[in-house]
Amino acid sequence: MTQPNRLKSGGRIERENPVYFTFNGKRYQGYRGDTLASALLANGVKLIGRSFKYHRPRGIVASGVEEPNAIVQLETGARTLPDYQATAIELYDGLYAESVNCWPSPNFDVMAINNLIQRFIPAGFYYKTFMWPKWGWKYIEPFIRQSAGLGKVPSEPDPDIYDKKNTHCDVLVVGAGPAGLSAALAAGRSGARVILCDDQPEAGGWLLNENHVIDDAPALDWVAMAMAELLKMENVRVLNRTTAFGYYDHNFAGLLERRGSNASRGEINRSRQRLWRVRAKQVVLATGAIERPMIFSDNDRPGVMLAGAVRAYVNRYGTAPGNKVCIFTNNDSAYRTALELHDAGVSVQTIIDVRDGPDGDLPLAAMSRGIEVIDNSAITGVTGNKGVKSIEVMSLNADASGVTGDARQIDCDLVGSSSGWNPALHLHSHSGGKAVFEDERAIFVPGPTLQNNQCCGAANGQFSLAEALESGNDAGTKAATMAGFKKPRKKVTLAACEDESEGVMRHVWAVPTTKPIGQRGKHFLDPQNDVTAADVQLAAREGYRSIEHAKRYTTLGMASDQGKTGNIPGMAVLAHALGVERIGDVGTTTFRPPYTPVTMGALAGRDVGAFSDPARQTPIHHWHQIAGCKWEDVGQWKRPWYYPTNKETMRDAVMRECHAARNAIGILDATTLGKISIQGPDAAEFLNRIYTNAWSKLAVGKCRYGLMLKEDGMIMDDGVTSRLGENDYLMTTTTGNAAAVLAWMEEWQQTEWPELKVYFTSVTEQWATVSICGPKARHLLSELTTDISLSPSDFPFMTVREGTVAGLPARVFRISFTGESSYEINVPASTGMSLWTALINAGQKYGITPFGTETMHVLRAEKGYIIVGQETDGTTTPYDLGMNWIVSKTKDFIGKRSLARADNHRPDRKQLVGLLPLNPMEVLPEGGQITVEREPEIPAKMIGHVTSSYYSSTLERSFALALIKGGRERHGDIIHIALSDKTISAKITDPVFYDPKGERLNG
Amino acid sequence: MLLIKCPWCGEREEIEFHYGGEAHIVRPEDPDALDDKQWADYLFATANTKGVFLERWVHESGCRRWFNAARNTTTNEILATYKMSEKPPAGAKK
Repeated sequence: MTQPNRLKSGGRIERENPVYFTFNGKRYQGYRGDTLASALLANGVKLIGRSFKYHRPRGIVASGVEEPNAIVQLETGARTLPDYQATAIELYDGLYAESVNCWPSPNFDVMAINNLIQRFIPAGFYYKTFMWPKWGWKYIEPFIRQSAGLGKVPSEPDPDIYDKKNTHCDVLVVGAGPAGLSAALAAGRSGARVILCDDQPEAGGWLLNENHVIDDAPALDWVAMAMAELLKMENVRVLNRTTAFGYYDHNFAGLLERRGSNASRGEINRSRQRLWRVRAKQVVLATGAIERPMIFSDNDRPGVMLAGAVRAYVNRYGTAPGNKVCIFTNNDSAYRTALELHDAGVSVQTIIDVRDGPDGDLPLAAMSRGIEVIDNSAITGVTGNKGVKSIEVMSLNADASGVTGDARQIDCDLVGSSSGWNPALHLHSHSGGKAVFEDERAIFVPGPTLQNNQCCGAANGQFSLAEALESGNDAGTKAATMAGFKKPRKKVTLAACEDESEGVMRHVWAVPTTKPIGQRGKHFLDPQNDVTAADVQLAAREGYRSIEHAKRYTTLGMASDQGKTGNIPGMAVLAHALGVERIGDVGTTTFRPPYTPVTMGALAGRDVGAFSDPARQTPIHHWHQIAGCKWEDVGQWKRPWYYPTNKETMRDAVMRECHAARNAIGILDATTLGKISIQGPDAAEFLNRIYTNAWSKLAVGKCRYGLMLKEDGMIMDDGVTSRLGENDYLMTTTTGNAAAVLAWMEEWQQTEWPELKVYFTSVTEQWATVSICGPKARHLLSELTTDISLSPSDFPFMTVREGTVAGLPARVFRISFTGESSYEINVPASTGMSLWTALINAGQKYGITPFGTETMHVLRAEKGYIIVGQETDGTTTPYDLGMNWIVSKTKDFIGKRSLARADNHRPDRKQLVGLLPLNPMEVLPEGGQITVEREPEIPAKMIGHVTSSYYSSTLERSFALALIKGGRERHGDIIHIALSDKTISAKITDPVFYDPKGERLNG
Repeated sequence: MLLIKCPWCGEREEIEFHYGGEAHIVRPEDPDALDDKQWADYLFATANTKGVFLERWVHESGCRRWFNAARNTTTNEILATYKMSEKPPAGAKK
């Protein structure tokens, strides 16, 4: 028989639209409008999975996102979704879901042995294992890792697309229940731009789950009328299937919209989900309330549900989750469940009420229908491992600290429990709103807020329908007024409804049995993380005083449902265990976004793959690509790394490129170097303050190397700056640091020295820069320029000239990072490729060879030139690098005072040295740690590390640069670098290996 | 996500800005006259105010201008933003 638990009529499901789905390999039928949970219940499936720690059988507890238990793995492959709540998955045709936390099946689960060894895994088990015994963690962690975690993440890329929408509105209303609809109507009628969002496929909120009357008609008729009016208003946008998951500073909210009924995939040519980033002038939170369960022994058995959820399955989904029902409550609302089940023809066995003589309208109605009510009593046990079979009921003693009398067994297959309702004030709390504890109802209600927002309806502790309608209308009106809109002139008549009077509650938190809590069955507070009342009591005994600490210790409320149902009972248990009079005195836990999980895809939106980070290409990029270079990413730039020909290895290619640069001509695309134009009458003075050396006397047409420090005296960046005109300088920076250097200079000029007339402009992308170097470089250039005299006397090292090269307007700098005579030719970016090809073509006869960053690094390292970020690491001073010559003693500059600290003059600071491995064919690994002894005592004392290391074709051997403590006094010493498979020994040398006098630069 | 009013561009999302720490710390006129402790105070010690805090921001992805803001560190309310050359608004004390 299909759908044995489906009621004959009723519900919001579309019985004419059957839907087929698969759960744990078995095919079932449900209807459109079902959730996976309601369809499973209709089919009589009670066992959904196993719990996290004890692997106890678990079923469905709730009917929405508060569900702690019924989580499934939805679909397989690239679209698989872990830890999805069956209660929040709309049923669609072909849905495929599996249980989590059990192997091989929820019926027979190997890890259920944890339930037997529970004595050894108490609350705080992880922490205790960390502490003692010391060796324990190593063995136990892999076991925990393997058995922990609920579900599997997809192993393939997400095939769906996601969108982001940024929008503003006057009033954002969260929740389309009676309060939210009233608020949206009131605000919308005033003309305010309203966004109304609700996480369900249709509006109505809790009215969907209930059987209420508004204006003498079914409440959902009123909902339909309200929606019709809202949808007609052009100033109102209604977003269904949209969860407001986070509420942030300055009235900013994040909404996640699911754009279809199939949670696992987007429709064709449509994004799967949209992330709405909403900045609202006013926010109205009508987020409703969440029911909390009674905490009784073995309350996790499949078939123990929230009373309100049972009602939702009956009214909304036309499904009776059981056939013989018992209700366990401390308040009147749960009686509704009994009445509605009874009226639907389901057998209601008994209502167990902890109160003495409940006499509200609803209890009286239940009694008048002949339903048995046992007052002043409690459920003391539940039998039925994989589904409730019966309950044990006993009378409570006077202060509800224990039970008395004879136990009575009642057969049933469903228990609906309720210990009251909590306002859902998650969003209110996200944005800094306070929560105030109200003793009588034992609930947190919204307190003062930091934002322009109001709570209304059940979210504000106003649980009745009449209160919801009225407070919603008030909140919507006020929000619109605060956003600058006038009240509509037309007097609005509020919808009318009846409310039953409700009796007061009696709070019995951890329901007693014949034995102390924890010794007879388990009282689950947080079934997903398997946290029990006994765990919280243990935490109290071990000294935890605040719920904030106890929750972290026990993991109460830290599962994917964030304890939406069990947190308040947990606080109550802690308060009671500590002997604290008021529950609110153990503190409040702060709710943090997201309210429900948000997919990474939605957060990323379209910024994935090639769009996740821009790739910057030089105007010559295409040539490099055709030449078959290997690429290196430097910041966002793509730079040629080396250009292998045929079957060349990297070392072969780099040796060939180095050889050409030293003996013929090498050509490098240096466009990526940062270029900053610095102009203004105070430019020289500014450079004086920002660089360690002096700049006031640099003549027009000259270039100078500069070193920039942070104010703490450590090296920040270096580069050559040239004076192009009286008040016109061009600074070059390292490729990766260009933006940071520009920001640095802006900061100093704007915040500290606004009186200096100097202006900064990034011109990196305006120029293409091509560097040619080597003994034939001048010959080549002379063929391509007629208006720049290249003789060393007319155009010496460290000068700049303007003219034309290959017919293109150009700036030519005689600066060098390779140690060879070099020309850095700058032309407008759009002509970069012309320059490059002209040089390549004309240079063929000289053996011109393009080289990449690797060769550049080898060549500069042979010269002992540093690279900031490689030879420096934020703790390196100019002195450490032996660059005292560049540090002015006479003027002030950024970092000077810090350099004067005694610590920066310690002789045992790490200093730059060269290393020559004893075996000239062995290349040291960069980052290698250096020791004095070949086989040092453990723990070994490190005296430094290798910063750069290469094989040099020029030196015909390997070499390295390193930072070594007191290195300058250690030249000639042999040091050692221990690797996993061998130890390499090397000799400390001067860091300049090639042309130490710089004769080739000037040639 | 804060909504910050750049004195030049108007209200913009926080992602366009970078934070710059405490405002109104002036670089000493003559750093050499300071002993190490005084210099370290200038360099590293900033107030950790609970309440209204005067702080620097830069509209990094906008006009690239630095400015000051008076922000309540407990509520994130921004009472005022003002140009570097201006004095803090009345009521917002350092």
